[in-house]
Amino acid sequence: MGTIVIDPISRIEGHLKIEVVVENGVVKDAHSSGTLFRGFEIFMKGHNPTDAQHYTQRICGVCPVSHGVTSVLNLDSAFGIADKIPANGRIIRNLIQAGNTIQSHILHFYHLAALDYVDVTAAADYSGSDPGLIKVRDFIGRALAAGNTAMLGPFFPRYEGDYRLPKAINQKAVADYVKALDMRRLAHEMTAIYFGRIPHGPGLVVGGVTQGPTADNIQLYRQKLTVLRDFIDNVYLPDVIAVAEVYADHFEQGFGCGKVLSYGVFDFDSNADLTKRKRFQPQGVATASLSLSAMDPRSITEDVKYSRFSTPSAYPGDGDTKDDPHKTGAYTWLKAPRYKGGVHEVGPMPRMLVAYLSGDAAVKKMVDDTLAHFKAPPSVLFSTLGRHAARALECKLVADAADKWLDELKPGEPFNVPFEIPDEAEGMGLWEAPRGALGHWISIKDKKIDRYQCVVPSTWDCSPRDDKDQPGPIEQSLIGAKVKDEANPFEVVRIVRAYDPCLACAVHLVRPNGDVIGQFRVA
Amino acid sequence: MTVRLSRRHFVELAAGSTAALGMSLFKYPEFERLLAQSLQEVPVIWFQGSGCNGCSVSVLNTFPVTIQNLLLTEVVSGKHVSLRVHNTVMAAQGDLAMKALYDTETGPFALVVEGGIPLKDGGFYCEVGEKDGHGIPMTETIGRLGPKAIATIAIGTCASSGGISSTPPNIGEVVGVAEFYKQKGITTPVINVPGCPPHPDWFVGTLAQVLMNGPESVEVDEDLRPLAFYGKTIHDQCPRRGSFTANQFAKNFGEPDCLYLLGCKGPVTHADCNIRLWNNKTRWCIEAGAPCIGCAELKFPGHLGPIHEPIDLSKTLDKAAIGIAAAAAVVGVTAAAVTKSSGEKSGH
Ligand code: SF4
Ligand code: SF4
Repeated sequence: MGTIVIDPISRIEGHLKIEVVVENGVVKDAHSSGTLFRGFEIFMKGHNPTDAQHYTQRICGVCPVSHGVTSVLNLDSAFGIADKIPANGRIIRNLIQAGNTIQSHILHFYHLAALDYVDVTAAADYSGSDPGLIKVRDFIGRALAAGNTAMLGPFFPRYEGDYRLPKAINQKAVADYVKALDMRRLAHEMTAIYFGRIPHGPGLVVGGVTQGPTADNIQLYRQKLTVLRDFIDNVYLPDVIAVAEVYADHFEQGFGCGKVLSYGVFDFDSNADLTKRKRFQPQGVATASLSLSAMDPRSITEDVKYSRFSTPSAYPGDGDTKDDPHKTGAYTWLKAPRYKGGVHEVGPMPRMLVAYLSGDAAVKKMVDDTLAHFKAPPSVLFSTLGRHAARALECKLVADAADKWLDELKPGEPFNVPFEIPDEAEGMGLWEAPRGALGHWISIKDKKIDRYQCVVPSTWDCSPRDDKDQPGPIEQSLIGAKVKDEANPFEVVRIVRAYDPCLACAVHLVRPNGDVIGQFRVA
Repeated sequence: MTVRLSRRHFVELAAGSTAALGMSLFKYPEFERLLAQSLQEVPVIWFQGSGCNGCSVSVLNTFPVTIQNLLLTEVVSGKHVSLRVHNTVMAAQGDLAMKALYDTETGPFALVVEGGIPLKDGGFYCEVGEKDGHGIPMTETIGRLGPKAIATIAIGTCASSGGISSTPPNIGEVVGVAEFYKQKGITTPVINVPGCPPHPDWFVGTLAQVLMNGPESVEVDEDLRPLAFYGKTIHDQCPRRGSFTANQFAKNFGEPDCLYLLGCKGPVTHADCNIRLWNNKTRWCIEAGAPCIGCAELKFPGHLGPIHEPIDLSKTLDKAAIGIAAAAAVVGVTAAAVTKSSGEKSGH
């Protein structure tokens, strides 16, 4: 039996450490921990409520849009104007989010996840005319000529062994890695049209957005979107399928907790009650046995039994954050969000599953066609490859829908409503980041932030044990995983990365003290 | 087909710069030694601390010098960057990532730091890897790498001054790189490229100049920011400046007038967003109808005051800098604004 510690886990956003105990090639126990603490919830106290949308965007450089939108939804509700958002404002918020979701999914597959499956050295003897592959070939050639493999950074060193793609597919994947760098940039340019710039844009505001639609900006967005839709249909989706065909055993790895949750995303109306809003991707709670139920935000709690906080486990709207670095028995500073006391996974796969079970015809067809291709039942969505496939399908779904939303914009009509900061109020914003369910809660006193709580996707997925000692989703996905080569634990990092963890987002995180985590080891 | 960032490109990147106020930076012997070796391939260690990775994402958006140029081909003619360590893009993980770091630091390298450095509890608030069963704090790594680096670029406002990570009460006791070096007696030159996040040109242009002529060739202001990019205020170059001078102020978002009353920090923010635009010349903040929130200033955000409240120009701004004609109006407006938000923490 051995313990494998992977710290840092790279190609994610933020600082993550994974520790697994392996016995006879099978993971017996797993701990996931973040290693950075910033304390947004503490330092935002006393600020103007309207600071929140700018401050919270800076929780995460990869999904600032989602924090921005969640924050303005939260403030809309606290300021009592959630039902007054003009259609243009609502749609432009959706378009800003769509651009960043597309960007994030392309980035995740090609630039964060692919290097665990694709062998860059396949480009070394490339003889064709693809400009990206030529760049990579010459890059490798330079290092070889100098006799210095360190010059192959950032592509080396790496785990060695399990790269299985046939050469032609491998070379195509490398070419598409290079092309995808342009595509994710283009998706950001599209987002910036309405967001002002990105990362960290100024274009969202309580009551709507700062800029209205014009014939010009609609056309500009559509031009870029058209290029992206072509890439998603003809490059991204086929690449995911090609990789999945060769690594098909990864449909059987990483099952996880078997329960998912989605808050829903992309507003179709401005109902004052966020849980009643009609959304492009619906809200709900679902299981691997394909049952679906309504989501009640009051059933969310953040457990802290093993977390270094003196504040009690609570519903986030009532919760608070106070660090307690030396709390007895605590092994992490990550809180454990739970729904009705149960462990739930969030992310693209959960959103797709909830939409599928809600009877969304487009989603059902997309998912069924893909499952038919692999002759697999819907439960394989709960796997390393299932999560990648769901993310790619979702990317197409959102890109196709965004094109239609552009048609609903009305140049010349309002895109925001004025607001007043209330003396006292409470608010809640529920939305979905590319990585999953994102909630913000605010209490305002004397026109200032009295309490601001964020429950972010990676806090759900990377969460530690909870008050009932249940491990978090990633921990559960790892336990039971087969690891062929402990020196090159591909399976472990593939499982973790399929969740697209984003640790700067995990606002409660601090690395657990090495001594304390030891007592939870099965050794 | 290789796109090269030539001197001409660099001059274009730096367009609009004048070095009139430039302080001479530093003479740094290590860099001269390297130039003498005519190093063509400059190893770069990019280290992330207390931040959000937004600076990295911003640099991914660089254009027309693309990220492919930075990673695979050339930054300036004949000079390659070899990005050995970067947590968000590197293939290596765990022990291998630590090995890549240790191998690189045995030779010459340039250091890029993203994110602030938390000092509290010996660096406990940000650990960046593990060795022999113990977490390694950011403080230890930067304390070791700093003296060996040929130059340090602090990318983003967090690395420059602590930025948002150091918002009062600064729970993690986060500082920027220059302050950290000062405390540790590290003399390697630091160039700050603030911005939350910075424009990719600000970083790529600075990197290009460092690679071509050494860090001492970069003229900087007292906040160690390259004058080429941070030499003027947003306000000085703002297309809405006319309405500011004419005392016409937007009261709600979406109105075409000066955004001062909605909190614009343009008058105290040094950056060239207005001529450079963001995301491949798509938009910039004020063009999108939103005030400049001052993200390129070292005081951003915790020491610039509430984002959507007007700043008190009578205290913070040299009257000459905003134009004598406007000054009287500003003082009047500011007085009204300050009255309106009395009880506000001023943030200065
Ligand atoms: S205050 Fe802002 S919007 Fe007004 S002129 Fe100055 S920079 Fe432009
Ligand atoms: S205009 Fe101001 S807030 Fe916007 S990017 Fe430039 S410096 Fe930052």
